Amino acid sequence: MMELQIIWFILITVLFTGFFFLEGFDYGVGTLLPFLSSRDEERTQVLRTIAPVWDGNEVWMITAGGALFAAFPHVYATMFSTFYLALFLMLVALILRGVAFELHGRHTSLCWRRFWDGAICFGSAIPAFLWGVAVIDLIQGLPINEKMIYTGGFLNLLTPYSIIGGITFLLVFTFHGAAFLTQRLTNRGLIQKAQLFAQRTGALAIIAFVFCLLMTLLKTDLFHSCLGGTALLAAGVFFLLGYRQMFSGHYQSSFILSSLAIVATTLAFFAGLFPRLMVSSINPDWSLTIYNAASTPYTLGIMTIAAAILVPIVLIYQGWTYWIFRQRISPKDCEETH
Amino acid sequence: MDALLLSRWQFAITTTYHFLFVPITLGLSIFVALLETCYVTTKRPQWKAASKRLVRFFGTIFLINFALGVVTGIVQEFHFGMNWSEYSRFMGDIFGAPLALEALTAFFLESTFLGIWVFGWNKLSEKLHCACIWIVAIGSNLSAFWILVANSFMQHPAGFAIENGRAVMTDFLALVTNPYVAGEYSHALFAGISTGGFVVLAISAWKLLHDEASRYAFTQSLKGGAIFMAVGLLGVMGSGHMHTQYLATANPMKLSSMEALWETADPAPFAIAADINMDKSRNDTELAVPGVFSFMLYNKPSGEVRGINALQKEYQTKYGPGDYRPDVPALFWSFRIMVGAGGFMLLLALVTTLLAVKGRILSFPLLLKILPFLLPLPFLANSTGWFITEAGRQPWIVVGLQRTAEAVSPNLTACSVWLTLIGFTVLYLLLILAALYIVFRHIQTTTIPDEGRNA
Repeated sequence: MMELQIIWFILITVLFTGFFFLEGFDYGVGTLLPFLSSRDEERTQVLRTIAPVWDGNEVWMITAGGALFAAFPHVYATMFSTFYLALFLMLVALILRGVAFELHGRHTSLCWRRFWDGAICFGSAIPAFLWGVAVIDLIQGLPINEKMIYTGGFLNLLTPYSIIGGITFLLVFTFHGAAFLTQRLTNRGLIQKAQLFAQRTGALAIIAFVFCLLMTLLKTDLFHSCLGGTALLAAGVFFLLGYRQMFSGHYQSSFILSSLAIVATTLAFFAGLFPRLMVSSINPDWSLTIYNAASTPYTLGIMTIAAAILVPIVLIYQGWTYWIFRQRISPKDCEETH
Repeated sequence: MDALLLSRWQFAITTTYHFLFVPITLGLSIFVALLETCYVTTKRPQWKAASKRLVRFFGTIFLINFALGVVTGIVQEFHFGMNWSEYSRFMGDIFGAPLALEALTAFFLESTFLGIWVFGWNKLSEKLHCACIWIVAIGSNLSAFWILVANSFMQHPAGFAIENGRAVMTDFLALVTNPYVAGEYSHALFAGISTGGFVVLAISAWKLLHDEASRYAFTQSLKGGAIFMAVGLLGVMGSGHMHTQYLATANPMKLSSMEALWETADPAPFAIAADINMDKSRNDTELAVPGVFSFMLYNKPSGEVRGINALQKEYQTKYGPGDYRPDVPALFWSFRIMVGAGGFMLLLALVTTLLAVKGRILSFPLLLKILPFLLPLPFLANSTGWFITEAGRQPWIVVGLQRTAEAVSPNLTACSVWLTLIGFTVLYLLLILAALYIVFRHIQTTTIPDEGRNA
């Protein structure tokens, strides 16, 4: 039987993959919101594409955090205290974004709407960027001492490499969100606008991705993992193809390819980390691994049973939501408000 | 102030904010679900039309409140790692499990089905739509259950062992069936029902006075809210009483501190008011009723209750030198505020229920007028209640196992915590003001005309 620690490493990977794939387009749509149109009714249509689902998607992140806490408490403790100020910034963004979705449509004043549009944009772009920074920090390694405590400061988290990682995440998610919108709207003008933004951010994303790939090759041991290296290269290929499909107007395949690119990137980073979860740049022996950071087999066993039952159920009813809301959003849909 | 004290303040402030919204979510979700069930099942056209509009009306308030509850809740989950990393290391094997289960069983459920409920009015059948809000209500209450499982361990550890300096889980069932959970959960659930009921009651009362066109609908919701609140308060009192009795064995220091009982006594008196002197470990003056404290605990006018001083000595032998007393005056007065507010609310709920059921509520405009102004009461009771629970376990973060001072993240600087403390406090305040503005506007501008009267 597979070791419980490995099962949980895989489960954490699955949760982060789900999170980046689903919240990826939410973040992208949110980031693009103020740029796609200056007309309020069009912005409402854009928001409506994610309104019923964004909260459920965000739970993937919460669950990933909770799963880290349950399965690898040392990683949870070290990671969250390391990224203290970065997480504060992310929380501010997520708080604003969550409230913005609820309050945005409840007042007709232009000033009110514009403020919450801005909050949604900020609240989507900042987490997208910060997750990119965090992922690179994890694989690149951080000054972690023998007691699993981070000894650096806030600025150690922001290296040129990690900043490029953040920018790459932001651009890829924006492309992903634009591709999502082309699938979800009926308004031709908006779809074309989304395509235009996808083409722009896609081109920048490719440049950033290549930089990121090179830095990963130079600065990390990700390519020592056969799966990691292959997956990262595959992610690049998927994204390039997705970009091409966007240009030729094959929206659906473009969205599928950008999804695959995100899934493959997540897979690559976790494969590159394995069996570590946080790399110590001071001494490789001080890295947090699935063995020295894990909960006891008893707790892992209980949680494995729970996850084996609950994760499929969640997938079924979340899938059902997307089925209920499968129709494209038309301007008429937005007239009715709750 | 150092990072430890600031982190404690931050946790206290953000939890208090969070628990302004949580009880409304717990109670109002059930109330809205009941209303929608009325809408789906009723055969009377007048009530059918009005109940649907009422579902929408209170649904909007529920949604805005829910959003604030969610965003203030995320911060709580992050806090354990950000500010209390040593706690997370020590307790992760036990504490992480209910948190992950909360996300897996409850957060997914409530957020997904709430999305369907809000945007699915025309996409689902009436019954299926109604089932969605019930699932949201179940999800919210399930979430409360898991987090209170986690909290109960901190108050009264169960099903664990200490290995290599860390607490590890040895019995998951013991963790979940910890008797502390039953007390905390039932108390919180009923507090949620009372709070939700009072929100409905206060809003309905205001509407009855200020919006004549909507009179039929809000007479109904006022009646429902009053009954709901009365049921909740009776439950609060019952569960509170049960939990207090259990505290005598589970957490005697908290219990005696909450009553400012310094010396062991049999029978023990109940102090109505006291001038508490922490330095001298006594009450300088007190107004006490003999035997009542014993009666509360044992249902008879006798029975020994251990005093703070005896417990302090006992803990010093057990855990080494140190001050094991919580902030007695703060606990003492919080308890009195909580119980006072609860008792007063029960009276209000019963009187209003009686008048509403007899159809005479409109003859008492003064009552309708003051009800909205009394709405802070449940929030006061909820906050003081949590204060007793959390401050009552100090100096421990996990009673008997880890001290709060040992739990804080070692790499935190006071400067960072100042920044986040002020940041969260100000941000939350601004968002609450924005939300209140929208809620007030919604209440003022939405009318529910009596459509069914001519039908």
